[in-house]
Amino acid sequence: MSELKIVFVGHVDHGKSTIIGRLLHDTKSLPQGVVDKVQRIADETGKNFEFAYLLDAFAEERQQGITIDMTQIKFSTRAREYLIIDAPGHKEFLKNMISGAANANAAFLVVDAQAGVQEQSRRHAYLLSLLGIKKIFVLVNKMDLVGYSEQRFRTVADDIKIFLASLSVTPEKIIPLSGIAGDNITRRSENFSWYTGGTLIETLDKISDVDEKISATLRLPIQDVYKFDERRIIAGRIESGSLKIGDKIKIFPEGRETFITELAYWQERDKKKSARAGESVGIIVADEFFNKRGEIITLSDDKPPKISNRLRASVFWMGKNFLSVGKSYKLKLATTEVEATVEKIIRTVDAATLVRQENARELKRNDVGEIIFKLKDKIAFDEFGRFQATGRFVLVDGYDVAGGGIVLSAQTAEFEGTIFRNGELSFRAELFDEFYYDVERREFTQVAETENKLYEVGDKIPTNGFSFNYPANFDIILLNAAGFVKIRGAKVDSIGQLEDYVFEKIPLMNGRGFGLKVNSAESFAEFLRRFKAIENVRELADFSNKYFFLNQFRELKFYFDYVI
Amino acid sequence: MNKLDELEAESIFILREAYCKLGKLGMLWSIGKDSTVLLWLAQKAFFGHVPFPFIHVDTLRKIPAMIEYRDRVAKELGIKLIVHTNWDAVKMGASPALGRLECCRLLKTEGLKQVVKKYGFDGLIVGVRRDEEGSRSKERVFSERNAEDSWDYTNQPPELWNQFKTDFPKGHHIRVHPLLSWTELDIWQYIRRENIPIIDLYFSKNGKRYRSLGCECCTGKIDSDADTLDKIIAELKTTNVGERAGRAQDNEDSYALQKLRREGYM
Ligand SMILES: Nc1nc2c(ncn2[C@@H]2O[C@H](COP(=O)(O)OP(=O)(O)O)[C@@H](O)[C@H]2O)c(=O)[nH]1
Repeated sequence: MSELKIVFVGHVDHGKSTIIGRLLHDTKSLPQGVVDKVQRIADETGKNFEFAYLLDAFAEERQQGITIDMTQIKFSTRAREYLIIDAPGHKEFLKNMISGAANANAAFLVVDAQAGVQEQSRRHAYLLSLLGIKKIFVLVNKMDLVGYSEQRFRTVADDIKIFLASLSVTPEKIIPLSGIAGDNITRRSENFSWYTGGTLIETLDKISDVDEKISATLRLPIQDVYKFDERRIIAGRIESGSLKIGDKIKIFPEGRETFITELAYWQERDKKKSARAGESVGIIVADEFFNKRGEIITLSDDKPPKISNRLRASVFWMGKNFLSVGKSYKLKLATTEVEATVEKIIRTVDAATLVRQENARELKRNDVGEIIFKLKDKIAFDEFGRFQATGRFVLVDGYDVAGGGIVLSAQTAEFEGTIFRNGELSFRAELFDEFYYDVERREFTQVAETENKLYEVGDKIPTNGFSFNYPANFDIILLNAAGFVKIRGAKVDSIGQLEDYVFEKIPLMNGRGFGLKVNSAESFAEFLRRFKAIENVRELADFSNKYFFLNQFRELKFYFDYVI
Repeated sequence: MNKLDELEAESIFILREAYCKLGKLGMLWSIGKDSTVLLWLAQKAFFGHVPFPFIHVDTLRKIPAMIEYRDRVAKELGIKLIVHTNWDAVKMGASPALGRLECCRLLKTEGLKQVVKKYGFDGLIVGVRRDEEGSRSKERVFSERNAEDSWDYTNQPPELWNQFKTDFPKGHHIRVHPLLSWTELDIWQYIRRENIPIIDLYFSKNGKRYRSLGCECCTGKIDSDADTLDKIIAELKTTNVGERAGRAQDNEDSYALQKLRREGYM
């Protein structure tokens, strides 16, 4: 069995290092010298033996008392080998935590039983969900401090479950333990008579490492093409699926088709006919196209990757400079590199507070955002939900990797939201955005739709949403764009310029779905006149209060929302 | 795939990435077990046509058998080998009498810096492993060195999803570490599996063997009866003596190697 990579995350001081130290100590994975050294420190300073110190490889860390960088430690049980990535909890070191966690097979979120879920507990859980780590376990630590109370454990467990649910994450398991006392780490404890689940070590050994990659579709990103002799060898690592000599393949973005004639090898004993996910291979194909790095090879019958010069992605930003609209970065996805310009920031989420902002202009360090990129060339890629390896990327700003991201979808056109179009005429509306009051942050939020939606004459429109409920017949008056849309029988009836609009006695609303207090042709003309006379935002507010109902067709609902 | 297959595939991926993305490339070959495994992996990665030279920084203080082995294997595999010595330091009389750390700095660190400058390398492939000692455990796969060859380990870029640091200012270079995830035990198991010819100093003679190779003056033997690969592997599975325990320079002070590495040591 191969090695399992695991990561421990959680709020600073909730006990990650202690639990890891305990695990290593109790599985006898540490050289005696290290244990002696920590014992000596304890003796000299007159303090307790700190399991957390076992991990500190650098002097600086011991002085600061926090972990500077991720450390990688190996240990093994009877079942298999493990690689622990110790991700730091300190605020400034987000990038190290991400570096470490990005490659993990499973993650353990440590939560202090007394302190409960804290800022970084959430932030780390959020990032884990963003990094696509599916197996998330929760360790409720320091149970000794709460008298091993089952009730306290349930409370903390419920809190974290509710939070994780908002991220669409279901924890694999929630384990109560004490790092200091060693309860439930490698041995069951009398103190947890009410707990029947396994210990940490039993849980670890049960994690399945079945490689889901193997059975999947072929994805082989071209890493390089060699011509050491008369053959042209295409080199790369198979990210998913498998291939063999004779297979018909397609090479994207162009989609050229050929077949595999040979697998290259160095010594006779490395000779083989097939290869599968994880292997670094060299293949030779029948037709010598001009293949190059960055292209993606699939089997001919496989579902092809997406091909586009625009994509929508979730991005976490670690750069010193802000990521902002209009700026260009080098985007590296599998082996592709392409210049990517930020076309739109749909929204940002502060990774610490999880406060979101719609339609932002920039992304700050430690922020996460949903972004539309315009790429200089068309590239082949996948949606992260389908294939992780070809659905994630990093962004390079200058010389530095400043962000990472996962592809949500290919975007065929510029992000425009909801558009009503009639030939040359085209109007944007926010009719189907949701408005609600966030009970946790205590503020009103407008959440935009993320897909482009186009409505033309004859198209049916949705009339019911979470926070709106439109009649079957109404007119939309778009003051700023000087247009109108008539809806009849929940279908688009006509779209035109405001100057051509003929008033009818029918419900009216603006582009956001706010009802209009106008009931005659005269008052409609007066309404237009007043709109044209507006000179400042104060007048705009007065005008709005005079003419709009917030809640004629909309209902402000209460809601909570942590995520994009 | 078992663990050795995975490690092999990953190292090959890294070597190919270095060749594709870094301009002028060289690989350090210290004659020891790790860099000999690396040499083997390079042959596999490029199907026997390794497209860059190997570099040996010769302190003139190496165990003589190492030099014989070096020249013989280089000839057999037909590899391009650059041997470099910091002659200025040798003439000045660099020796452990100046202090072991100073001797290392002059003959190895400075020697290495000289080759990098002389050939204008953008990338240097080095066989360090994370499990060797503390400061190496903090390394990245692609690790930047500035114009003074120093390493800023507090400010390292994240390495996400096999996307390595391939953008850097002119004059800086990248240390590439394809063996970072390997352990000492992995190395020996791979040597056994692949039947890699390895220098015989590692095998026990008269109850002693070298566990790590370096300069004759500063490298001690350990007590061991392991005179075959199987016995070395069995021994490693039970030992709790550090791998570099025989390396005198490390024991000069607790942070010796970290200090050396900050200045450019491998
Ligand atoms: N009482 C008690 N204290 C603990 C436990 N685990 C850790 N601690 C203490 O909590 C503090 C922070 O632990 P540490 O492992 O450094 O936290 P990290 O920042 O998450 O790595 C240290 O002083 C530990 O001794 C536990 O199970 N019980």
